[in-house]
Amino acid sequence: MCVLQFDADLCATCPGVDCLVKCQYLKLDRDGAHTEMMKIVAGKDSPVLRDCVTCYACEEYCPTGNHPFYLISERREEKGIYTAPRPITNQWINMTQMQGRSKIGKIKETALSSCFIRELGDMASGEIFKDVAAALVFGAEFMCPAVHTHFAKMSVLKERLPVVFDNFAKQNTKEVICLHDECYATYTSIALAYGLTAPFKPIYYMDFLLDRLRELKQRIRPLQVKVAYQRPCSNRLIPDKHPLVKEILEFIGAELMDREYQGENCLCCGGIIRLICGYRLASDVQQRNIEDMVKSGAEYCVFNCPACQSTLAGRVATRGLKPIHLIDLCKMAIGEKERPVR
Amino acid sequence: MEYAHAMEHAEIVHRCFRCGYCKFPSDYVDFNCPSYKAFGWDTYSPGGRMWLIRAWLNDEIKTSARFAEILYSCVACDNCKEQCVFLRFKDYLPDIFREAKTALVNDGKIPPQVSDYFKAMIVHGNPYRLPQEERGKWAAGLGLPEFSGQDYLFYVGCVGSYDEAGQKMARSVGSLLSEVGVSLGILGSVETCDGNEVRVLGEAGLFAQLAEENIRQFKELKITKIITLDPHALNAFKRVYPTLGGDFEVFHFTEIFAGLVREQRIAFSKYPAKVTFHDPCYLGRHNQIYAAPREILKSIPGLELVEMRRNRENAFCCGGGGGNFFTDIIGPGEESPARVRVREALDTGAEILAVACPQCAKMLADGLKGEGKEEELEVVDVAEIVRRARSK
Amino acid sequence: MSDILQSLVEIVGERGVSNRPEELWFYSRDPGVLAPHLPDYVVAPKTTEQVQRVVQLANREGIPIVPMGNGMALTGLVIPLKGGIVMDMKRMNKILEVNEKARYAVVEGGTSQGVLKAYLQDHHPRLRHSLPDAPPTTTIAANVALHGQGRLTQQYGFNSDMVTGLEVVLPTGDVCRIGSPSIGPYWFSKGPTLPDLSGLFLGWLGTTGILTKVGLKLYPNKKLREVELFVTDRVELVPEILYRLTHLEMLEDINVWFQPVPLVFKDNFHITIYFTGDTEEEIEFKRKMVWDALQEFIDSKDGGFMAVEPMKEMLLEMPQRGIAAFADVPKGGGFEYSGPITLIEHFPQYAAKVVELAAKYWVLYASSARIISGGHSMMFSISFAFNRVDPDMMARVKAALDEATAFALEMGGIPWKPNFMEQQMTLEKMDPNTRNLLLMIKKQLDPRGIMNPGNWEPAR
Repeated sequence: MCVLQFDADLCATCPGVDCLVKCQYLKLDRDGAHTEMMKIVAGKDSPVLRDCVTCYACEEYCPTGNHPFYLISERREEKGIYTAPRPITNQWINMTQMQGRSKIGKIKETALSSCFIRELGDMASGEIFKDVAAALVFGAEFMCPAVHTHFAKMSVLKERLPVVFDNFAKQNTKEVICLHDECYATYTSIALAYGLTAPFKPIYYMDFLLDRLRELKQRIRPLQVKVAYQRPCSNRLIPDKHPLVKEILEFIGAELMDREYQGENCLCCGGIIRLICGYRLASDVQQRNIEDMVKSGAEYCVFNCPACQSTLAGRVATRGLKPIHLIDLCKMAIGEKERPVR
Repeated sequence: MEYAHAMEHAEIVHRCFRCGYCKFPSDYVDFNCPSYKAFGWDTYSPGGRMWLIRAWLNDEIKTSARFAEILYSCVACDNCKEQCVFLRFKDYLPDIFREAKTALVNDGKIPPQVSDYFKAMIVHGNPYRLPQEERGKWAAGLGLPEFSGQDYLFYVGCVGSYDEAGQKMARSVGSLLSEVGVSLGILGSVETCDGNEVRVLGEAGLFAQLAEENIRQFKELKITKIITLDPHALNAFKRVYPTLGGDFEVFHFTEIFAGLVREQRIAFSKYPAKVTFHDPCYLGRHNQIYAAPREILKSIPGLELVEMRRNRENAFCCGGGGGNFFTDIIGPGEESPARVRVREALDTGAEILAVACPQCAKMLADGLKGEGKEEELEVVDVAEIVRRARSK
Repeated sequence: MSDILQSLVEIVGERGVSNRPEELWFYSRDPGVLAPHLPDYVVAPKTTEQVQRVVQLANREGIPIVPMGNGMALTGLVIPLKGGIVMDMKRMNKILEVNEKARYAVVEGGTSQGVLKAYLQDHHPRLRHSLPDAPPTTTIAANVALHGQGRLTQQYGFNSDMVTGLEVVLPTGDVCRIGSPSIGPYWFSKGPTLPDLSGLFLGWLGTTGILTKVGLKLYPNKKLREVELFVTDRVELVPEILYRLTHLEMLEDINVWFQPVPLVFKDNFHITIYFTGDTEEEIEFKRKMVWDALQEFIDSKDGGFMAVEPMKEMLLEMPQRGIAAFADVPKGGGFEYSGPITLIEHFPQYAAKVVELAAKYWVLYASSARIISGGHSMMFSISFAFNRVDPDMMARVKAALDEATAFALEMGGIPWKPNFMEQQMTLEKMDPNTRNLLLMIKKQLDPRGIMNPGNWEPAR
């Protein structure tokens, strides 16, 4: 039985209530934030349970790691409050059901997880991944169920995560390289929050990338490009990994342009916001985000998450930015991928 | 169902929906199946063949001359495989057609033109019924060495060895490769047919013989890399021979030329000409090589490269594939593939129709004659264009 | 050589006629579930004159004629039920004229949808026609002859409503121009403001004449085309959702579809909403209007827009290649559908019927509805896939489709391209005076009963 490891006293005595005060979507001062948070802790209703857009930022803002967002999600489910419309919520539950159709590569001790995202598996090729590509796993059986937190279906997550761990355990995996932030966040942050431990060592793909790039240093031709970075929501669950982005970009000669919506102030790609809140808010968020990228002088928009990329690639391209995943950018740097033509 | 057990992919045949996507290129501009275009009956389209093969396997129709003609009029251009919307089995369409033909061959129920071709191959080792000793005559006077450990074997094939236009192309390619210092050797009179057409026409046994002979010879001579003149040979060596234990690194000559051009080992003078390039099926659709010939042409100063309406994976076959170069089941006429394609080339306003296959060269030249437009357009192979443009 | 064959050779040449077993077998059937029936000859004319002469011969000799496009209606309308001549129109495939300013094209009786699309893209990029999702080898003439629909049907009606003139070879062999072409050289009207004779040929499934030329309306082709996908799990909301969308008067096509697999589609009804524009501004404005129109359902959590990016390329394809691919779901090369025309408010009943039939006959279903003319009606398709080597499955699919048609008639709907048995059911249900009128017209036009006999005939 998975229970959220949450300390009510920590919230009660929190000086800043950063979770709700810093929220980019709620307009609450410290007192208002404290009032609402106490309601949520006590299991009472609160406008926050309707207005939260599930951007995960509060998980990052919380100074004590007390999981405000997971709590909001739990309370929503308890009260039967939907975020996205019911048919969309159920669609996600249905399409991620385990059906015994997963693809499992040749795993010795290290597995390379592409979750349930085909594009990630396709990208994990070439020189950088040559020693691990054969160990690729793909499919619902190996999918981190984090996405259901957006839909306030913590029960689905709690039901499936132990099964996913079991599926990995059956492969005798000692390490899993997670090609997606969501996977790494699930196996560390979320698992821990629910008192679960992964039966393997999760490895964040950017750590792996950096190591490989160091090994391939001779092949790197500095790209000499200016890039903007689209930080995905799930990276907020593993904020200590965020600095890796700049490190990798510098290593391959890409200049990460400073902009307003970066770091803690980054903006959601709008994909989930669109499902939950509608067109106007999502459009506004996307416009501000992309405007910011354009203003920064970037030529490329670098993505870390295929969902962000799917949502925004078309839009950034019409504004003159070349959309590209970080992995592909690294491949460009070692001469394995041609530069995209406008 | 007597043939069903002989056809490896018999269980797929009933899955064709005869929707007709296979008749078209990807943007539907005109019919892209040469036999359908030439004969105008649905039975001569890929969907028609699939449905008829099913009827034949079920004994609802009998083997007949018409049935054989329908099967052998296919030019094996792979357009159907490219366009079929049924992703789970589209890749097997050419196999099914070949397997049906193999069954006909085993039964001896093939068109006379096809059996003549086989006879020539069995007796003479080439479809021209010319002596094996004359196979190396194309290289007379060029000074190309016999293969004895050089980097590449330059493999010429039957058309390049015996056909006049083919020989011209072989000479262009061979001498140019040699002049820029590519280390190569030829087999000349001891060269054996690659067998690509033999296989497509259904003589599986003869193909196996030819392939095994080639593989034995290549291994004995320690050949590891091959440059082919003819994309048909490229296809056989690259895609079929590995299944018989013959693993070689195979290149078409345009790939090598493109590399030389990139390394600036061929110098060009200005050659002002408007040129359009015809993608040979075995270079393009079958082996996905579209860029190399274009790279060569684009690097020639003054040359303007224009594309035909249907190009790359949508290119319309010259009509020479599927053995039709020798059997001519498709036949002449205004809607013959070569004439259709030549008209398409003329529409571009080009003066030169560039080719990279000796079979395309001859088919399209004949098509041009049929159209009566030799004053307006010239069929020239890529190697010859390079030779013309090369700085003296 | 028989006399008839000799005569046919004289009309269309040796390569224009065949009585070989291969052609006879192939042209005796279509990819649907109906039993085949062999013709005696297959003929492929190249000119109206050749069509005329074949029809005259057939009339003289009492030989049935069945004109065909590519045979993808699937309901056996090209099967020569009484033998005779199957006339493959596809060699008459030219595009005769495009009048850009008046926005119409004139094509031949066998010109394919794909070729017109490509031609307009190349030469008249500001124009498009109402392309159906049938394979692009299907012909324009056959499509209008059976009241087909296409991408522009939601805006402008059936594809047959878009006809701007016809040239027809009557069953007696006369060649007729219908509409404005009967007066002058322009093809801008199929009838109005004259007595509308096009109604004698559209929807008659080849029983009153052969279309040798078709004038077709063309429409503005905008630079951008976009799609949104709205999802609800409450079938009873679908009519209201559609009402609000059609009220906007700014959408291209609206399709409503549901299917049990893959799992991503389970238990939901999907509404694909297409809209076009020449600028980003126009597109975003329309998108906003679409969302606003349905905001109430989003707020009540009963419906929402799903992320469409992964499916966008497939949805925006014209024609949608994936639709044909439904045929291979049971790995058997076939599907057939019944697509009656009915009121949108009946959507829930039809949706329930599809599921009921699929369960009763143990077949795999998919369903898709297309809105017609801004919501005056819809085409509701009930589609079942089958494996061609499983005759029992094919029989069950046929039974399911017949029951679907019976249901539609009961509901006051009208069948679309019914097979000959469904035609009989329709005639049975029809007002007797209407039925008599229909049969009288058919008899007048085709006194010898040679045109696609077996069709639009009451059961004996």
